[in-house]
Amino acid sequence: MSDIVIRAENLCKRFRIGERERYLALRDVLARAAAAPARLFAPRKPSSSNRGHPNGNHSNGDRSHIWALKDVSFDIRQGEVVGVIGRNGAGKSTLLKILARVTKPTAGIAEVRGRMGSLLEVGTGFHPELTGRENVFLSGAILGMSKSEIHRKFDEIVSFAEVEKFIDTPLKHYSTGMQMRLAFAVAAHLEPEILLVDEVLSVGDAQFQKKCLGKMGEVAKTGRTILFVSHQMNQVRRLCDRAVWVDGGQLRQQGSVAPVLGAYEEAMSRGEVAVDQSRGARSSHQKASFRRWQIIEPQDESQNLLFTLGPLVIQFTVEANRPISNARHGIALFNVDRQLMWAWEATGLQLEAGMHDFRFKFPVLPLRPGPYYWQVSLWDDIEQIDLWDCIPEMVIATEGYQHPSDEWNGILNVPCEFSALEGQTNQEVTVSNF
Amino acid sequence: MSASTTFETTTQPAITAIPIDQPILLIVPPRGWFNLDFAELWDARELLYFFVWRDVKIRYKQTAIGAAWAVLQPLMTMAVFSLFFGRLAKIPSQGLPYPIFYYSALLAWTYFAGALQSTTNVVVEQQRVITKVYFPRLVLPLSAVIGGLVDFAIAFLVFLAMMAYYRIVTGPAILLFPCFLLLAVLTALGVGLWLSALNAIYRDVRYVMPFLVQFWMFASPVAYPSSLVPERWRWLYGLNPMAGVIEGFRWSLTGRGEPPTVMLAASTAAVLMILVGGVAYFQRMEGTIADVI
Repeated sequence: MSDIVIRAENLCKRFRIGERERYLALRDVLARAAAAPARLFAPRKPSSSNRGHPNGNHSNGDRSHIWALKDVSFDIRQGEVVGVIGRNGAGKSTLLKILARVTKPTAGIAEVRGRMGSLLEVGTGFHPELTGRENVFLSGAILGMSKSEIHRKFDEIVSFAEVEKFIDTPLKHYSTGMQMRLAFAVAAHLEPEILLVDEVLSVGDAQFQKKCLGKMGEVAKTGRTILFVSHQMNQVRRLCDRAVWVDGGQLRQQGSVAPVLGAYEEAMSRGEVAVDQSRGARSSHQKASFRRWQIIEPQDESQNLLFTLGPLVIQFTVEANRPISNARHGIALFNVDRQLMWAWEATGLQLEAGMHDFRFKFPVLPLRPGPYYWQVSLWDDIEQIDLWDCIPEMVIATEGYQHPSDEWNGILNVPCEFSALEGQTNQEVTVSNF
Repeated sequence: MSASTTFETTTQPAITAIPIDQPILLIVPPRGWFNLDFAELWDARELLYFFVWRDVKIRYKQTAIGAAWAVLQPLMTMAVFSLFFGRLAKIPSQGLPYPIFYYSALLAWTYFAGALQSTTNVVVEQQRVITKVYFPRLVLPLSAVIGGLVDFAIAFLVFLAMMAYYRIVTGPAILLFPCFLLLAVLTALGVGLWLSALNAIYRDVRYVMPFLVQFWMFASPVAYPSSLVPERWRWLYGLNPMAGVIEGFRWSLTGRGEPPTVMLAASTAAVLMILVGGVAYFQRMEGTIADVI
């Protein structure tokens, strides 16, 4: 089977909980070592971060670890365009990062045949102080292009991004949209034999997304192999031949797009893909738990993608295992920096046992484009019954109506109409930003 | 695997057909303690160039006084040292004018301190890139020590002017100067590898840095000649690699005094140990660095 370009065998990735803790202090480690000097010489796993489990041998069944990937095996042949689907936290990105060699597997092996490029983020390596031209070279080099290759494609990249006029302006004066365009243009002109793409297209305005997808489709037609992570089923349908469904760190199903997506969507609508590992176990003996959320209006193919500032209707489905009287329902919206955008509480709810839909109608939600996170909670008189950080995130993909430079971007995304009225002649000049 | 693919490989254009003998890249869990892939590092030389180019460009774009800073730092220190350690404390200077005596040492020291600082921070500063794209991570500390050479070159021009002003003609020892410069680069790289890996994991390392640099300077013959150290302890003193580097700078640049042979041997040995250990430690961290930061 010489046409297999990626072969993954039993890939596993284990994270230590707390490994993501940001400020591990050398001071603490030294203090611990001073208290028990023998530990310093105890055998340690390379991934160990000294979080109170000095003996690596015991750690396998330990609760201080989570398996982001468990025994994932698959083959991908040359020329295939494979969509990787699954809910947030299912392990899709971890899988991609292992294949891209950003992180190493804990166990298992993968074989890759051919030049590989990865696009896990748009604008990797961009620097605001450098000009557009300089950033094209820098980002291109980081993504794996040679200098001569960038020289050759430079004009094409710039015209694809539509930033010819500003190419010698520092990037910090670009609008977010322009930065995105330039960043994607660089990435789109990578020509590896295997391309790994994370969900990079979920931001940016809809029109540019289309252009990027078109470019990726073109690339796919030249016989390159593409592995593509996406939440957007219509994108996967359009681009991919095959799909790989990752659920809870394991490979749940793979094969042609139609059956895999069908099974996935069915499972999603039944709310059974509760990948959020802590939830699945808890929810059965709880009084009630949130099951899923979705955008009801405007109706669109995608469940979590918003192309409008409003009006919109969002629905959270909660399942009550027994009647709850005098319940309170809290809702909060956070941005990507965990900054609270908005919150509210509904009180005095009487819930029978069974499924309930909580609907919120917003005449307008003027937020700048990007990912946002809903958090919903349910309380009765005594306690908090459930708290859910909603999965997947809500992605706002409207156009941005803000100031072009980043430090003046703000939080809100407000269309406006501006006019300058001259007192004497009553002449009027009107500009609108939408 | 279910072979239900809709694409037939035979329908693909031949241009992108991958030869069967294409090397296979293996992705496996981290193993071993030293597996430096020189071929891969060599392939990344263009990326190294771009990183250096970016650092230099940004440094000179961001600081208003730009290149002047590279000169001002050693020059001011030289003035203070010449006045207090020289004129007032009367520290012996091997017959050299104090400004030359101090500036030749500060050339080495300023480079080392700067390169060490930026190497220590480079992994943390580039964490976004590290978590998003693969390249040999050693390129980052390498770019930091090489980037520092630009400042060094500017400061060096001032040194040449000073030599002309004091009418000092250097001897044949100047031919060995590149070796001492290389030793300085390797010292910064070796120590920097340790510190940058530590800094990626333990964020309080950066609070230690200012003290470390200051402490190290007084443990090195910057403000005084190493001839103050008793002869039989020189080898021990030389285990501080910067001792060998600085005396090497003074000797080769001014052509005065004796070659610091014993110290230099000790320093070179120390640097090699630090460097090999640093590469091993850095690589051990490399596999998990994207998970930690």
